[in-house]
Amino acid sequence: MSSTRSSITELAARLRAGKTTPQQLLAGAMAHQKRVEPQLHAYLTSTTELAEQQAEAAALTLAEHPDSASPLCGIPMALKDVLCVQGVETTASSKVLTGFRPPYTATAVQRLFDAGAVCVGKTNCDEFAMGSSNENSAFGAAGNPWDVERVPGGSSGGSAATVGAGVVPYALGTDTGGSIRQPASLCGVVGFKPTYGRVSRYGLIAFASSLDQIGPLALSVEDCALVFAVIAGHDPRDSTSDPSPVEDPQPALGRGVDGLRLGVPREYFGAGIDAGVRGCVEDALHVLEAQGARLREVSLPSTEVALSTYYIIAPAECSSNLARYDGVRFGLREEQPSLTDMYLRTRAAGFGDEVKRRVMLGTYALSSGYYDAYYRQAQKVRTLIAAEFASVFESVDALVSPTSPTVAFTMGERDDPLSMYMCDVVTLPANLAGLPGISVPCGFIDSLPVGLQVLAPRFQDARVFQVANAYQRATDWHATRSPLADAAA
Amino acid sequence: MTQTAEAASSAVLARYEPVIGLEVHAQLLTRSKMFCGCSADYTAAAPNDNTCPVCLGLPGVLPVINRQAIEYAVRTALALECEIPSFTKFDRKNYFYPDLPKGYQISQYDLPLSLNGRLRFEVEGEPASCGITRVHLEEDTGTLHHAGDVLQSATSSLVDLNRCGVPLMEIVGEPDLRSAAAAHEYLVRLRQLLVYIGVNDGNLEKGSFRCDANISMRPRGASEYGVKVEIKNMNSFRAVRLALEYELERQVAVLDGGGALTQETRGWVEARRQTVSQRSKEYAHDYRYFPEPDLPPLRLDAEFVDRVRATLPELPAARAMRFADAFEGLVDAGVAAKTAANWLMGDVAALANEHKVPLHASGLGVEGLRRLLALVETGTINAPTAKELLGELYVSGGDAEALVRDRGLAQVSDEAQLAEAIDAAIAANPDAAADFRAGLEKALGRMVGHVMKATGNKAQPQLVNRMLRERLAR
Repeated sequence: MSSTRSSITELAARLRAGKTTPQQLLAGAMAHQKRVEPQLHAYLTSTTELAEQQAEAAALTLAEHPDSASPLCGIPMALKDVLCVQGVETTASSKVLTGFRPPYTATAVQRLFDAGAVCVGKTNCDEFAMGSSNENSAFGAAGNPWDVERVPGGSSGGSAATVGAGVVPYALGTDTGGSIRQPASLCGVVGFKPTYGRVSRYGLIAFASSLDQIGPLALSVEDCALVFAVIAGHDPRDSTSDPSPVEDPQPALGRGVDGLRLGVPREYFGAGIDAGVRGCVEDALHVLEAQGARLREVSLPSTEVALSTYYIIAPAECSSNLARYDGVRFGLREEQPSLTDMYLRTRAAGFGDEVKRRVMLGTYALSSGYYDAYYRQAQKVRTLIAAEFASVFESVDALVSPTSPTVAFTMGERDDPLSMYMCDVVTLPANLAGLPGISVPCGFIDSLPVGLQVLAPRFQDARVFQVANAYQRATDWHATRSPLADAAA
Repeated sequence: MTQTAEAASSAVLARYEPVIGLEVHAQLLTRSKMFCGCSADYTAAAPNDNTCPVCLGLPGVLPVINRQAIEYAVRTALALECEIPSFTKFDRKNYFYPDLPKGYQISQYDLPLSLNGRLRFEVEGEPASCGITRVHLEEDTGTLHHAGDVLQSATSSLVDLNRCGVPLMEIVGEPDLRSAAAAHEYLVRLRQLLVYIGVNDGNLEKGSFRCDANISMRPRGASEYGVKVEIKNMNSFRAVRLALEYELERQVAVLDGGGALTQETRGWVEARRQTVSQRSKEYAHDYRYFPEPDLPPLRLDAEFVDRVRATLPELPAARAMRFADAFEGLVDAGVAAKTAANWLMGDVAALANEHKVPLHASGLGVEGLRRLLALVETGTINAPTAKELLGELYVSGGDAEALVRDRGLAQVSDEAQLAEAIDAAIAANPDAAADFRAGLEKALGRMVGHVMKATGNKAQPQLVNRMLRERLAR
C-alpha cells in the first residue's frame, strides 16, 4: 500500500504494528518522488544515501525501543535548502553557493535526526528565501501539486509542494514574512511558524536574522505539533533562542475553542483580499463559532504600514547577511585581476535579480544620511506594530484571518515586485511582532486550496495549535488529496 | 630629536597648539575568541588552523558572546574610571575586505559598554590626565599576506583567519593631549595599566596593543579645532612619538605656507620617517552601522559590575604607579612582559598584601626580583624553587645567587643525574606507566611528580617530561 498522504501519526502506528518498516516507507517516498518530480521540481538535492542510513538506524531503534522511540522515528521528511546538513550540498537556491557543503548540521535538523527522521532531500525555494512564488529559485521554480502550471507559493514552495504531493508527510521550511504559511495555504497543507526565538536558527542560512524562524509544513495540525515539540527549545549556539521551557503542545490539541475569544482583524479582510478567499475564511469563522468560540472584530491600524516597514528591515539585514558571499572562501568565484572586480563579478553572477534588488534596498536604507529616515523609522514602527498586537491580545485569545490574499496564481503572472510583495500582506505583521502563526486548509476555489491563518501572542504556540486543531477536527479540507498525491504507481 | 629640530619645534609650539587624541586597540587575554570557542592565542597555529565555522563566517552560523571578554572590558573600564551603562548592545560595521569573512565586523556603535573615563599619568614629573571617551568591544580581523607591497599591486594575496574573532577592546581617548610627549606618556601608562590588570600583554610590535592617533593644529588661544589627520601604522612607542612630531611639523609648515590641510588618513613609514597620505575624507567608508540582530542587547546589572570590581587589583594611583614602575623596571632589564606581569600580579602581590609591605620597600626590591627571575630565565633554578626563595627574600632580603649556590638548589638538568630517578619513578608507578603506554596522557603527571619529589623539586620539569616519554616509548 502506498504511503502517500498518510500522516506522521498514522505512519508511526503502522511502524509499531509491524505493518511497514522505515526502509519500506523510504522506498515508497522515493518511488512517489520519482513519479511526480518531473512535473513538480520540488527538490534540488536527493540525499538517498543519508536517507538509507537513517532508515536502517531507525529500524534498529524501533525494534529495540518501540515505546520510547520518537513518533518521528523512521518517517521520511525533507528540508528546505536553506538548512545546513553536514556534508550535503546546501545552496539556498542560489548560484553563489553552488558546491557549498557545510561542515555542520542545523540544530533544528539535528534534533529531528536524533529523533530518527529520514531525510530524503533538500527542497527548492526562492533564492535565499526571498520571494512568494518560488520563481526566484536560481534552479527553476517548483510547481503546485494542485496545478503544476501554478506557483506553490514561497519561499518554502518546494517543502509545501512535496508535502502536498504526498511524497513526505512533513518538511521543514522557514518563515521570514510568511514563507511557511503562504505556500502551505497555496498547496493545501498545514504550515506553522513558531514564536521568534522558539526554534534555534543555528545552521539556517540567514535572510533577515530578526525575522527568520524555522517551522514545519505537514498534513495536519497534530503533525505540525509533533515536529514542533522536537525542534523547539533553547540552543546555546543561538543567543536569540529563548531559554524558557517549551510548553508541550499536545494537551492543547484536544482543548477545543469553547469560550475562546477570537479576534477578526478588520484590516486583514480589506482591499486586496480576493472575494472567494474572504468567503471561504468567513465560512471557517462560522465553523469556529459553532464550536463555541466568541468572534470579535478588532482593528490593527498599523497593518497598512507593515509592508513598507518589513521591506526596509528585511532588506537591511539581508544586505549585511549576504555580504559574506564574496567569492573569497567558498561557493562561486569569478576570477578577476583585481579584488574589487572579483567581488563585483562574483556577486553579479551569483545573485538573482530579487536578491540584488533587496541588497540594494537594504544598503540604501542603512546608508549614512538615510538611516534615520528609513531604518530607524522602520524600527520604531515595528515597535508600534508589536505594541498594537499586544494591546489587541488583551481582549482576544487569538486572531483569525486569511493566510494569502489569493489562491495560487500561474507562473509568470506577477511580474512586478510590488504585486508579489502583496502576497505577504497578512502574514508578515506576525514576523515583525515575533508571533506564532499557522495556516490550515479551509476550502477551495476552482480546485485550488485556501488557507485560514491563526495568530497568537508570543510564546503561546500551543494556543495556535489549539484553535487550528479545533477547526481541523470539524472539517476535512486538510484530508483532500491533490491530483499529484493520487498519481498512480 | 636633534637640537636644531628641538629648537625649531619649540618655536613652532609658541605659535601653534597641537590637539591630539589616541585610539588604542588592545587584544584581550581571554582563552577563547570573542564569539566562538577557538583559542584567542592564534600565533602558534598553522595558517587558518585556529578557525571554526563561526569565525570563518560560514553561512548559517551564529555568534555567542564571550563572557570573559565582557568581564575584561568592564575591568578595564572601571580601571579607567568609566561609567558602565546598564544597557549595551553590539552593532554591525559593514565593509568588504578579504580579512573580514562575514563582510561586517561585530562592534559597538551608539551604546558602548562604557563611557566618560579618565587616565591619569605624569608628563615630566607633572600630574596630567586625559579623558576617555569610551571603551568598547569588537572582534579582530584576519591577516593578509601579499605577494607584493600592498594589496592593490599584489600578484596574489593569502588570507589567514587565525586572528579573526580575537576579542579586541577599543579605547578611545579624548583630544586632551597637547604634545607628542604627553601622547607618549599617556600610551605608556595605558599599556602598563592594561598589563597590570591582566587583560592585555602590551605588545606593540606583535600588534596585540595598537595605536592610531588623531592630530590637528590650532593657533595658540583658539578654541576651535583645526583640520584633523589620522595617523596609522605606528608599531612602537618611539614610532608614535616620531610620527606625531613629524606630523606636527608638517601641518605647521602647510599652515605657515598659507596652505590648507585636508582631512585624511596618513600612514607612518618607519624607513622614511614620514607620514604618507593613504585615504582622504571623500573616500571615507560608510560603514552602515546597525544593531547586530544575532545578539540580544546586554544588561550589565550593578551586581555584575561589583563582582568585576572585586577582581580588580587595588588601583589607587600611587600604588598602581609603583606597580607600574616595578613592571617597567623589570621589562627594561629584559624580563619578558608576560613573566613580569605574572610574578607581580601573582606571588609578589600576594606577599605585598600578606606583609603589608610593597615590593620596593621589601627585602627583595625590584632589583632583587629581577635577579631572581634571571635565574629562572637562564634555567639555573626552576619556577617552584624560585617561588620558595621569593617568600624568604621578600621578608629577609639576601642574595638569590648565593642562596642557590649554598643550598644546592640549582635545578638538575643533567640527564645522567636524573636517569636513576626516572627509572625509579617508572618502577614505583607501574599502573601509571601502563596507562600512559595505553594512551592516557595525564598518567605521565604522576611519574613527573615522583621524580620532582625525589629530586627535592630541583629537576627541570621539561627535561623530566621528555626523559619519561623516551623511556616509556621503548
